[in-house]
Amino acid sequence: MLCQECEEREASLHFTKIINGEKTEVHLCGVCAKDKGDYLPGGKSFSIHQLLSGLLDSGQGKQTKQEGTRQARQRRPELKCGTCGMTYRRFAEVGRFGCADCYEQFDEKLDPVFQRIHGSTQHTGKVPKRKGEDMHVYRELESLRQQMQQKIEEEEFEEAASLRDKIRGLEESLKEKGGGAS
Amino acid sequence: MTLRSFMQEAVSPWMKNEGPDADIVISTRIRLARNLENVPFPLVAAEEQLQSVYTGTADHFDQRSHRRFGTFSMLPMQSLAGNEKRILVEKHLISPNLARENQHRGVLLSEDESISIMVNEEDHFRTQCLLSGLQLEEGLKAANTIDDWMESKLDLAFDERRGYLTSCPTNVGTGLRSSVMMHLPGLVITNQLNRIIPAINQLGLVVRGIYGEGSEALGSLYQISNQKTLGNAEEDIIKDLKHVVTQLIQHERDARRQLQEHSLNQLEDRVYRSYGILSYSRRMESKEAMERLSDVRLGIDLGILPEVGAEILNELMVMTQPGFLQQYAGMSLEAEERDQRRAALIRERLLMETTQEESDGGGDE
Repeated sequence: MLCQECEEREASLHFTKIINGEKTEVHLCGVCAKDKGDYLPGGKSFSIHQLLSGLLDSGQGKQTKQEGTRQARQRRPELKCGTCGMTYRRFAEVGRFGCADCYEQFDEKLDPVFQRIHGSTQHTGKVPKRKGEDMHVYRELESLRQQMQQKIEEEEFEEAASLRDKIRGLEESLKEKGGGAS
Repeated sequence: MTLRSFMQEAVSPWMKNEGPDADIVISTRIRLARNLENVPFPLVAAEEQLQSVYTGTADHFDQRSHRRFGTFSMLPMQSLAGNEKRILVEKHLISPNLARENQHRGVLLSEDESISIMVNEEDHFRTQCLLSGLQLEEGLKAANTIDDWMESKLDLAFDERRGYLTSCPTNVGTGLRSSVMMHLPGLVITNQLNRIIPAINQLGLVVRGIYGEGSEALGSLYQISNQKTLGNAEEDIIKDLKHVVTQLIQHERDARRQLQEHSLNQLEDRVYRSYGILSYSRRMESKEAMERLSDVRLGIDLGILPEVGAEILNELMVMTQPGFLQQYAGMSLEAEERDQRRAALIRERLLMETTQEESDGGGDE
């Protein structure tokens, strides 16, 4: 395929822009792509993060950029990580999370993001040893607490009490192990 | 310092051309991105938080010995000279991004340099295992061993659903980027690679040229790596990559055989021309050096240049980089001077191949 710009050289750069569902294909040779730096988002310093921020942004408003953000700002309070102060908008701009807690704070928006990047939303690989063990305990605690709540609602107080003791036991064992390395 | 003793200090294991399928696969790299649980990621963290990550890591691992990988040493970016950092980049032990930083940044290196752990790059930790040839399983095993060692001392950010949490959403989950550097002159000369690359991309793998600008590859060197880090287990990611790389190796071997059978004369001419130019030229730009070295390496692999060792491509593609040239010269060099020094260094190295000197034992130290 020839470059659509100079129509002389072979096109070596092919990309598809999809904006609001409208698809545009662009085919350029290396020389023209360099000249026409503005064809690419971010121009000459075109990077994965700029590409990414496009992906992340589309979760928000879809009008023209200014209009969209203004409306979003008025409509509801912005998502913000309480731990590091990163806002979702900033995250969408820079393409990086601020801290581990951002994952939880932005959770409602992340499934489609991960789906698009990785084709998946769920980790199935390695689990760290030390933390993995605790994770079992946390999972069990969670289920015991639910059971206890159920028993209380059913007014089965004796069983609820024995569940409570189990929960305390597990919490104690976590505390002993934990305290945590610095 | 003689070139021979300079090289003894400079060569990392991945440059030695020893691993399986080393005639086509130059090196295998496994990288794990990890972060601490309760500290903001480096791009956001405050000065004193970066410092606590750095000193905490140094306390646990600097000058500590691992039963399999020996003693680890922390190199603080702050105390390295510009050219020293550059050499670490050229040896693929740190990223250019880390080299630009100073305060509270560093790299933990294993004795033989096969393991490097960058501290406070984009993530708190980037553990890398770099091996010669095609060694994906071995690399993953080594990286996992070091990862377990770190996890025994540090609280890493991990979420049951999302896996290891990273600064960039493209790394979340396993945090694993596995990549293989391949020398594919046969497929380039026979014009087959352009057809193969799109197929590889469809499998979720990325192919890119190394040392080239944009999509153009210099010296027929390509890097193939996984793109997705979430959803598949580490072992599966590596299996998929290995599957593709193994097929590429087969195609490359076929292409080389084809060249030998149908255009041996052109092939020999190409190899000997490049060998002649490398042996006698007085100026050599890095771009040309890479192309010529690739030709010579192909000639070595096909038995056209039996007297030359195959490791010269791996060694020289690193040692003819600006940082190394300056280190060898003992001073900083302008581009012009570098081209002269590069030509001289290549000539000297090729001469070492044909004249077996007995100077082996007498190093400087």
